[in-house]
Amino acid sequence: MTLRNDIAITPELVASHGLKPDEYQKILDLIGREPTYTELGIFSAMWNEHCSYKSSKKWLRTLPTKGPRVIQGPGENAGVVDIGDGQAVVFKMESHNHPSYIEPYQGAATGVGGILRDVFTMGARPVAAMNALRFGAPEHEKTRHLVNGVVAGVGGYGNSFGVPTVGGEVEFDARYNGNNLVNAFAAGLADTDKIFYSEAKGVGLPVVYLGAKTGRDGVGGATMASAEFGDDIEEKRPTVQVGDPFTEKRLLEACLELMQTGAVIAIQDMGAAGLTCSAVEMGAKGDLGIELDLDKVPVREERMTAYEMMLSESQERMLMVLHPEKEPEARKVFEKWELDFATVGKTTDDLRFRVFWQGDEVANLPIKDLGDAAPEYDRPWTEPKTPAALAKDDVPQMDVAEALLALVGGHQCSSRRWVYEQYDTLIQGNSMQRPGGDAGVIRVEGHDTKGLAFSSDVNPRYCEANPYEGGKQAVAECWRNLTATGAEPLAATDNLNFGNPERPEIMGQFVKAVLGIGEACRVLEFPIVSGNVSLYNETNGRGILPTPTIGGVGLLPEWKQSVGIGFTAENQPILLIGGPSERGTHLGQSVYLRDLFDRRDGDAPHVDLAAEKKTGDFVRKLIRSGVVSACHDLSDGGLGVALAEMAMAGGIGATVTDVEGNDPILTFFGEDQGRYLVTLNLDPQGPEIAALWKEAEALGIFAPWIGSTGGTTLTLGAATAVPVATLTGAHESWFPSYMNG
Amino acid sequence: MKAAVIVFPGLNRDRDMIAALTKIGGVKPSVVWHQDADIPDADLIVIPGGFSYGDYLRCGAIAARSPIMDKVRERAAKGTRVLGVCNGFQILIEAGLLPGALMRNTSLKFVCREVKLEVTNADTDFTRGYTKGQIIRCPVAHHDGNYFADAETLKQIEGEGRVAFRYAEGTNPNGSINDIAGILNAEKNVLGLMPHPENLIEAAHGGDDGRALFATVLQQVA
Repeated sequence: MTLRNDIAITPELVASHGLKPDEYQKILDLIGREPTYTELGIFSAMWNEHCSYKSSKKWLRTLPTKGPRVIQGPGENAGVVDIGDGQAVVFKMESHNHPSYIEPYQGAATGVGGILRDVFTMGARPVAAMNALRFGAPEHEKTRHLVNGVVAGVGGYGNSFGVPTVGGEVEFDARYNGNNLVNAFAAGLADTDKIFYSEAKGVGLPVVYLGAKTGRDGVGGATMASAEFGDDIEEKRPTVQVGDPFTEKRLLEACLELMQTGAVIAIQDMGAAGLTCSAVEMGAKGDLGIELDLDKVPVREERMTAYEMMLSESQERMLMVLHPEKEPEARKVFEKWELDFATVGKTTDDLRFRVFWQGDEVANLPIKDLGDAAPEYDRPWTEPKTPAALAKDDVPQMDVAEALLALVGGHQCSSRRWVYEQYDTLIQGNSMQRPGGDAGVIRVEGHDTKGLAFSSDVNPRYCEANPYEGGKQAVAECWRNLTATGAEPLAATDNLNFGNPERPEIMGQFVKAVLGIGEACRVLEFPIVSGNVSLYNETNGRGILPTPTIGGVGLLPEWKQSVGIGFTAENQPILLIGGPSERGTHLGQSVYLRDLFDRRDGDAPHVDLAAEKKTGDFVRKLIRSGVVSACHDLSDGGLGVALAEMAMAGGIGATVTDVEGNDPILTFFGEDQGRYLVTLNLDPQGPEIAALWKEAEALGIFAPWIGSTGGTTLTLGAATAVPVATLTGAHESWFPSYMNG
Repeated sequence: MKAAVIVFPGLNRDRDMIAALTKIGGVKPSVVWHQDADIPDADLIVIPGGFSYGDYLRCGAIAARSPIMDKVRERAAKGTRVLGVCNGFQILIEAGLLPGALMRNTSLKFVCREVKLEVTNADTDFTRGYTKGQIIRCPVAHHDGNYFADAETLKQIEGEGRVAFRYAEGTNPNGSINDIAGILNAEKNVLGLMPHPENLIEAAHGGDDGRALFATVLQQVA
């Protein structure tokens, strides 16, 4: 099929490019004439939701993005944060939701590829990856197929590329039945004085195309990602790209080698909307025009039109502006790695984006306006209705031991081993804490003691009930998970997954969640340095649960001081730090209610951010003082599930005393926020622990001794003792038996 | 001692291997790019793990036909010790330096976990740091590690003590015949194994059971 550039622009054609009539009018006003077919494609690529953030920009501006350690905030390929000693961590999280539903293996694989490229484009070698995956109900007919494909795709790409997957999330809910979420995170290390940016500098310099050849795959992908799904979704398969991790690995090595030569002035990877977005971004940022000659673009298919080349989303491609005198040296690096290297254009001083193809000028557009003049909407939104809090006496009862076993062996809290054993978690030889704990921890190569911690978190149940508190909670839980390893949380990336923003109630969820995230980030001094927005996650008019995933990074000055979640020795005191004196009070939106009583009512737990900060800082200090032997934050399933996880991870039991007068269900399954469990290598009767309590009391932190480790069973108050082996059996069997079922 | 690490495009545990050899041997190995004309003088040649040529076609098949492998074959024939780990093992098999085949894991999935290995033959230049029958911990990370050989070959390698390591205590992660995790050539100067001893050599890795393999072979050639 060959598409011509003289194709007539009809209202139907405009609509099929995802452009609204008023947006098309804006184009006409901007350029003073009818656009060519290629130009229409360029506008649709630049002005779709995915690339322009037109619905979200107004609210994203409210997020805190600065901090003493922030070198680069949002707006580049990834955020950059100073970790001392001239080193920086470079990271970002990005969604690949729509493609992963249409074609799970390739969709997930190219999601991983895209985020890795964002990181090494900035000059950083990727050292850690995570992925937050959300699927439909386990019993839904497509779920197994999607889990299989997505997990294999994430592994297939990341394993071959050679980055350890150190953490992530997997969750199931019927609200993702027609629209699963794949949020991929990557982090890399770079020297602070060797960070590369996308801003082009200098007129008349070569614009060089590097990497894989351009094909027809993914043409119009970004536009697809900005639309809702209907029943015709299967027809969209051709818009999914195909990943080639082997090429990406070579591209990584070639780019890092090339950067060493000093030849690179600016670099931008070709992600969504490929050549269009990357060229426009480099030029617009540098206040320069760009001229492209498409006849020079390496292609792997015949008779490709200008339109197709400009909109192709073929993977593993880069665009650079190079010092002309270093071009031969640069070419040699790419020849060594057997990658394409072609000078496809030049920078100009006319601020125009001009594209030539077979001797014709097929596009001539104002480069700054392509980005800056993109529509921006203040979409109408309605205040979300928060469900009424549960009545105080509304505590459905169940045998505590039975409830615990059902929860650790249920789809929400069961082990994710089936998933993470398909990922290479130890390549590079720096993984200190692998998946299964609170956060992944790696050593920093090139430094004797430093480590980095990574965690990805959000609780969509809470966000659905109360988007503002849910947004706060996502940030707080991420911050808490990093803290639980002993790390100082540095900064975060946000991946905001929501439904159709043109519906005021969905926009309301978005607005309130972003405000909640902002508030938590400010109080916890945890700025957002990069991110991605994925809207229109709906199928046939039903939106997903609001899912603002937060990916956080923390710094450990001494990785040896880091602790894990597993009990490490018998007869150690267990302290519950933070939270209310009743131990547990909040059952609304809990896993206990949802999974054991099929109830989704009540308000989400609220996060007291000041208490969160105070408690976290106290716990971190304890860990760094060396008295903590294990630490775990409390989240889904509350105190009971957290204790079980610590017991299972360490293969050691525990006996925990109940508190008379407190409802054991609230105590063990309430999901009150801001709480940690720690075990101490201290004598519970000794002076050190007394001093610790005194300090906690002075700070107003509740830190009761609730029990001790030891034995082979876990005893929660008056409940029947459960053998740790029985818990482990239930915990480990849900996923494999579900996938085999 | 002198060690050389051969690097093909797509390998990705070359950095892990170089780090292990450097930390244990005290000297950085020479790194040989697959297009280099020759391998510098070395007493140990290592082909590390990864996905050479993307594992496209068949794991190790393309790398095995690369000209540098003729040089590896020449050196091996002269008695130089050759170690292939994971993709390196697959390449040695595809190059005909070791017998048998490595098929897809029976689970049909990539598997990354820690397994137990039994040191089946402790009387080789690679394994003398262990004792026969010793059980060690070692991680695996592969998609195609299911060792297979026909009955006659199997009888031969078993009979000649050419099985160096076996998966132990029911931890065979891939369905390998006779639980075979690593094998030697007839002269016992070429070892290929699927597990990654280079990822378990220091406290930071949570153990150092892999260390003795490198310590032994590097000392032997000192």
